[in-house]
Amino acid sequence: MSFLGYPRADGRKGIRNVVAVAYLVECAHHVAREIVLPHRDRAHVIGFPGCYPNAYAQRMMERLCTHPNVGAVLLVSLGCESFNRQALERAVRDSGRPVETVVIQQAGGTRSAIAAGRAFVAREAAALDRAPTAEMTLADLVVGTVCGGSDGTSGISGNPAAGRAFDRLVAAGATCIFEETGELIGCEEVMAARAATPDLAGALRASVEKAARYYAELGYGSFAAGNADGGLTTIEEKSMGAYAKSGASPISGLIKPGDIPPRGGLYLMDVVPDGPVRFGFPNISDNAEIVEMMASGAHLTLFVTGRGSVVGSAISPVIKIAANPEMYDRLHEDMDVNAGRIITGAAGLDEVGDEIFDAVAAVAAGQQTKSEDLGHTEFILTYKSFEPIGPACLPA
Amino acid sequence: MDDTDGRLIVLDPADTVAVARCPVAAGTRLTIGGRDVVLDGAITIGHKLARRAMRPGDKVLKYGVSIGSATAEIAVGAHVHLHNMKSDYTPTHTRTGEAANP
Repeated sequence: MSFLGYPRADGRKGIRNVVAVAYLVECAHHVAREIVLPHRDRAHVIGFPGCYPNAYAQRMMERLCTHPNVGAVLLVSLGCESFNRQALERAVRDSGRPVETVVIQQAGGTRSAIAAGRAFVAREAAALDRAPTAEMTLADLVVGTVCGGSDGTSGISGNPAAGRAFDRLVAAGATCIFEETGELIGCEEVMAARAATPDLAGALRASVEKAARYYAELGYGSFAAGNADGGLTTIEEKSMGAYAKSGASPISGLIKPGDIPPRGGLYLMDVVPDGPVRFGFPNISDNAEIVEMMASGAHLTLFVTGRGSVVGSAISPVIKIAANPEMYDRLHEDMDVNAGRIITGAAGLDEVGDEIFDAVAAVAAGQQTKSEDLGHTEFILTYKSFEPIGPACLPA
Repeated sequence: MDDTDGRLIVLDPADTVAVARCPVAAGTRLTIGGRDVVLDGAITIGHKLARRAMRPGDKVLKYGVSIGSATAEIAVGAHVHLHNMKSDYTPTHTRTGEAANP
């Protein structure tokens, strides 16, 4: 199975070719949004709202601006924020992409900055229409998975079906990433048994123990009374429902946001910050998780939802998998796959897993997801702090 | 699984429980794990019924892995929940604030 993608200088290939318009502080957000307005089909707004420096945010923005789905980058700076715009611009230029920075305070204000930005986007969007293409296969793809707006159906329909799709993708040579170590409390041993090496098994266990400590510090328990009403009896049972997204392939490595897996296989992303609890919840909403998947190179993300999230994402398509059949009937205009058919008995796990796999291949080849078609381009990036991963995390 | 009623999902062939896809009324006769049983109580979507007989201390398998241990004799077709199984990890707390199975 092959399809056409956009080759990049670092050897990766994109399945989309968008202009990223990146604001470097909230004060530049309005200008960035106005720049994109006439080019919404070709340009997406991303950015970091904080004025204080943060190494994680700097690294995330570098990864996102050099994401394989991004063909050109416009940086929008107010001028006095502490984000290192020169370093970001250099990283983008070194990646071979066209890049320009508009500094609002130097451009003469809002109107002049918008005009300068729109001129860049119009020029680069036209150039992207003539961009060279190259053959891609599933082995070039990085696919993330997240779940949000979960209910009792997610763990018995959408998540295990996504796991079946992950198994087929890994077998085809793709790179698959699952996450949310805080939802894996109680399945450390099951997960560690799938690790490629004993040292990696230790690292996987440690990442979940860190998450348990972090959430305990926040006073945020994982098992709510409503879970038992929904038929869940134990924390390990609840966690297995989320863990089912990972499928059954061996686990090749443990990464942190922004680490790009070195080769195909299945990877766990540790999204819980290192060190003391400093900036609050690890990820304040589902899009923060999707952004971290993208920073690690995800071309697209599978999003399993029970209650019915409607989000998409800037830069990378989101395939939404409805776990609950009743919700699918209500929100089908937002849902790409109806895994609720597993609940109604209309389809089995393998059948829906195949459907998700086929959807990944079609979207990679250019088919628009529901959220893309509806114009969803959500994006959120906040403060975090990580230590680099250790040598046990990515065995040779 | 042809040994189990279509109203139930068996997530992995090794599982000792099956999960209800829909509400099933008390008194319903259905096949589970190759046995015909009559439900002694109503269950709602997401709840578990025993597919295999279990003794106290036996692991309860769902998704092909242990999700805890039986705390009582569990017959095929019985509802499996807080009253007859427990976590091997941390006690499950319910709305009353009491540990249901410490």
